[in-house]
Parts: sequence; structure tokens; C-alpha cells
Amino acid sequence: MTPPAVAAPLLEADRLALRAGERWLCCEFSLKLAKGECLVLLGPNGAGKTTLLHTLAGLREPSVGSVRLGGLPYTEWSALDAAQFRGVLPQQQPDHFAASVLEAVLIGRHPHLGRWGWEGSDDQRIARAALADVGLTGFELRDILTLSGGERQRVAVAALLAQAPQLFLLDEPLNHLDLRYQIAVLTLFRQLADQGRGVVMVLHDINLAARFADHIILLDGQGGVIAGDRDTVLQAECLSHAFGHPLRRFEVEGRVTFLPD
Amino acid sequence: MEAAALHMDGDCLMAGRRRRLLLVAVVLVLVAGLTLAWALIAGSLAIAPAEVLAALGGADGMSASVVRELRLPRAVATFVCGGLLALAGALMQVLLRNPLADPYILGISGGAAVGALTGISLGAASIWIDGGAFAGALIAMLLVFGLAHGDGSWTQTRLLLTGVIVAAGCGAAVTLMLALAPDTRVQSMLFWLMGDASGVSNPWPALGVLLIGLFAVWPFARDLNVLARGEMTAHALGVSVKRLRLGLYVLASLLTAVAVTQVGSVGFVGLIVPHLVRLALGNDQRILLPTAALAGGILLTVADTLARTVMAPQQLPVGVLTALIGVPVFLFLLARHPR
Repeated sequence: MTPPAVAAPLLEADRLALRAGERWLCCEFSLKLAKGECLVLLGPNGAGKTTLLHTLAGLREPSVGSVRLGGLPYTEWSALDAAQFRGVLPQQQPDHFAASVLEAVLIGRHPHLGRWGWEGSDDQRIARAALADVGLTGFELRDILTLSGGERQRVAVAALLAQAPQLFLLDEPLNHLDLRYQIAVLTLFRQLADQGRGVVMVLHDINLAARFADHIILLDGQGGVIAGDRDTVLQAECLSHAFGHPLRRFEVEGRVTFLPD
Repeated sequence: MEAAALHMDGDCLMAGRRRRLLLVAVVLVLVAGLTLAWALIAGSLAIAPAEVLAALGGADGMSASVVRELRLPRAVATFVCGGLLALAGALMQVLLRNPLADPYILGISGGAAVGALTGISLGAASIWIDGGAFAGALIAMLLVFGLAHGDGSWTQTRLLLTGVIVAAGCGAAVTLMLALAPDTRVQSMLFWLMGDASGVSNPWPALGVLLIGLFAVWPFARDLNVLARGEMTAHALGVSVKRLRLGLYVLASLLTAVAVTQVGSVGFVGLIVPHLVRLALGNDQRILLPTAALAGGILLTVADTLARTVMAPQQLPVGVLTALIGVPVFLFLLARHPR
């Protein structure tokens, strides 16, 4: 594996702009994500959050500008090395075929195994630890097709944890999760960030973003982008404009909260 | 303490699973051997097992030549084609991520049928009928690929729809040829369409194709496991999805083309066998692919041997027998695994 330059940020984007068909999703902007940081992408439906996340993950080419992972453009990473360095949680979990929960989580070990490798006891241990992290201990042999939506989402999170990347890119990680696991999953990724990993995630809940993010990128759905520190971006005026609905800012027990009018 | 217990539990489970796999592999190989032996022994001319062995060893005489020139090529051809179809079906199901996919869904067999029936209606020699079938299969494969890939999007829905439409077009052409053909040729056309292994004289190249195909795809079996969990996930986990899908498409199509050229479009094997194996052993492609090939070979050989012995000297279409065996077995397994 190409060792990333020591001081390089986990993720950089230079004068990035994205287009979907004829429509510009966001004008040029730049970002840098260092180890230990958590970046949240906010914006209304169809604003291009997923497109931006996929571009940052190297799953699609930027329309303008460039993206560097660990200091190198994606073209200089092999697909497997990149998969050891950054992991992606997709927005939906399409499961057409049966598999045990343990098998589904072991899928995350794929980039760490050679062409002829089989999952060994170390991989088993990692997968079980990941299942424990999302509260699914004891589910190892269940068929994923019999799980509820929230449980499946946690299996997908566990598979991502088993992949053990430096940089996590999460597309709506709270999909289908109940309140308890919403907080648990965000706390988990916050801890991973505090331990020196990087997290980029698409969220819909402004208040959870206010609680867990260091930086925020707000897409307004008309090509406008506001990127910056959490407290700079999270202003009632910007948010009301972006979401097309008036919002009011409150402070409850020292915590910033936004409520729709 | 509890975690350690769980861990050991898991290791035991894994060991149990390995033992089960080994057992299944041994049983399948044994059954395959017995099936092939039965195919050589059974027939309207009774030949004792000892005579069969002598024939394989190179003895002379009438029964020896029946074994060597008729039964052996036919047994090997059906075994190989069953394996080819089951393997192709398993690959198609992953490629289209659709459990209902079978080797014929993308029009390969339709193209082969048009080619073969053209040959038959022209009164061509059997080698040209085979050639026509293979050419038709390749043309259908290139046509579907070209149309589905036209704008570079290459999504599985587009591929599936294009394939189904091309297959429907081929079906119409086949019906037209049947309607226009003179009565004398309709019989052999129908037999080709229902699947017929009686004309095979040299099955060994097809065996080579099966082995090469299996060895070519097996190193990528874990990539297929990842692909089955979704294209986006596979891409993010470092699988080069485009190349893998292209390889899958070409390989599954070629395997199907070879099988159809040899024995016609025998149904059910390619759909049912991968599901049988999946129900019994799970969906790990590293295990599923070789096991499906073996099980497909067994099923088609059993079906063909029954087809030529049950109502001998009358030969039944082998496709009917694969359905008669496959459907109840499948329904039984499905009922045992309620979801």
C-alpha cells in the first residue's frame, strides 16, 4: 500500500463543483478534513448531498476540480488500497439474497484479504466486535432477510466498522434507526473521530448535526454552498434559506437547537 | 467470560460448517460417480458393470462399442452441460442480482434456437446445426450487450429488459419457423427445442470449457459475494464492478452457448440447481459455484438416463424430466426453509 504522506489531511477537495445533467448542484468550493474531524453535509432533498459524498468517496468523477484522499488523487490509489483507507455506508441496503448476519459483516473484510484468502479467526473476531458495537451480539447466525430495517442498517454499519478504514463516509447513517440507536451510532462515529479517524456524513437532523459535527457543508439546492465551522454555518438565516422553511434558534441547557416555525 | 464463550461457540459453528461442507463435497462426488456409472450401464441393451469396465479399458465387441461410442459421449455431454447450465445460472443470478434469473433470460438460448432451426429447416448436416446454434447464441449475446451498453450506462435493469426483449423476438422467430417448416422437419425442430443429447459424439471440448470457466471464475468468487451485497458497496470495497460484470456476462453467455449447442435448450437446470445449492449450503459463491456445477451435472445426467430408459425404446425430451425431478425437490426444500 502507498503510505499516505504523514501530514496530509485524510480528505481534500479543491475548487470542487458538481453537475447532475444540466443542473449545477454546487458551485466551486474547497474542503479539508484532518484526522479527528467530523464533517456533516446538510441540505434539502435533491440538493446533491449523496452526489457530493460519492464524489468525495471516489465513486464518481468531479465535474470540476479535484479530490485527494490521504494526499493522493484517487487515480493513484488502487481500488483495494483505497478501500482499506476509506469506507462508504450506502444510503440503501439492497439485499436480494439471503446471508447470515456474520457473513454480511465479514464482507467488510474483503479489501484486507488477498485474492485467495479466506476469512480467518482474526476477521471473525473483528466482525464480532463490530456487531457488539452496534448492539447485535447474538444475531450472528440470523438471516439478514429476516431482520427489521433498523437492524439491517446496523448490520451495514457493522460491516463498515469491520472494514476498519481511516475515513468513514456515511450516507444517511440514521436511516431506519430508532432514537436510541441514532444517538448510539453517532456517538460511536464521534468516538472514532476522536481516536484520529475522519468522518463525513449526510444527515437530515440539524440538531444532531449541531451536536456531533466539527464542520458543516450546507447545500441550498440551487448551487449555493456554505462551508465552514459548525457555529459559522448553523445560523437560522442560512438554514431557513437552504431548507425553504423558517427556522428559529434556541439554546436549551447550553445546547443549540433549531425548531421549524 | 461470556464473550469468550461466544467466541468458542462461533469457532465450533465454523468447524461444524466446514465438516458439513466436506461431507457434502464427498457425497456429491460419490453421487456423480454413481450417476455416470448408471448412465453407462442402463439402456435398452443390458450391459453388465464388468463389461462396461472392460469397454472403458478398450475391449472389443458390440456392447463395448455401444458403451464407448453411444453411452459414454452422451453421459459426459449431459453431465458437462448440466454443469455448464447450473454454473451459468448461478453467475446470471449474481450478475442481475435477481434470484429468478436463469441462463436463458438474456436471449442466449433464443438466439441459439433461431440458428439451429435455420440449420434444420435448410436440411443442413448436424455439424452445421451445431454451428448455427453457437453462432446464433453469440449473435444474441453481442446484440443484447450492444443494445444494453449503447449509452455506456449498463445498468442491470437495462440489461435485463434488453435481454428479455431479444429473447421474445427470438421466440417469435422460432414460432414462425415452426409454422412454416414442412412436417418432416418439425419433429426434429421440436426435439432440439426441448433438449436432446442423443446426437452428441464429442463432448470433450465442452468439458474443457466447463473446467476452464470454473477455474477462471473461482478466484473472483469472493468479489461475487461482495457484488451480491450491492453495486455501490462492491465499488466502495475495491471491486472493479464494471470489469467484473462484463466478465460475468461474457463467461455466463459462453457457457450457456456451449451447453445449448450440445444439448439444446434444456430448461430448469440453470434456474433450480443454484437455488437448491443456496438453500442447502448458503450463498457463498466460493462454495456455491463448484457445487452447483457438480449438482447440475448430476441432475441432467439422471434426467437424461431416465429419459432414454423409462419408456425405451421411445426417448422422452430431457427437459421434461429435469422439470419433473427438479420441481418437487425444489418445492420440498423451499417448504423446509420457511422465510
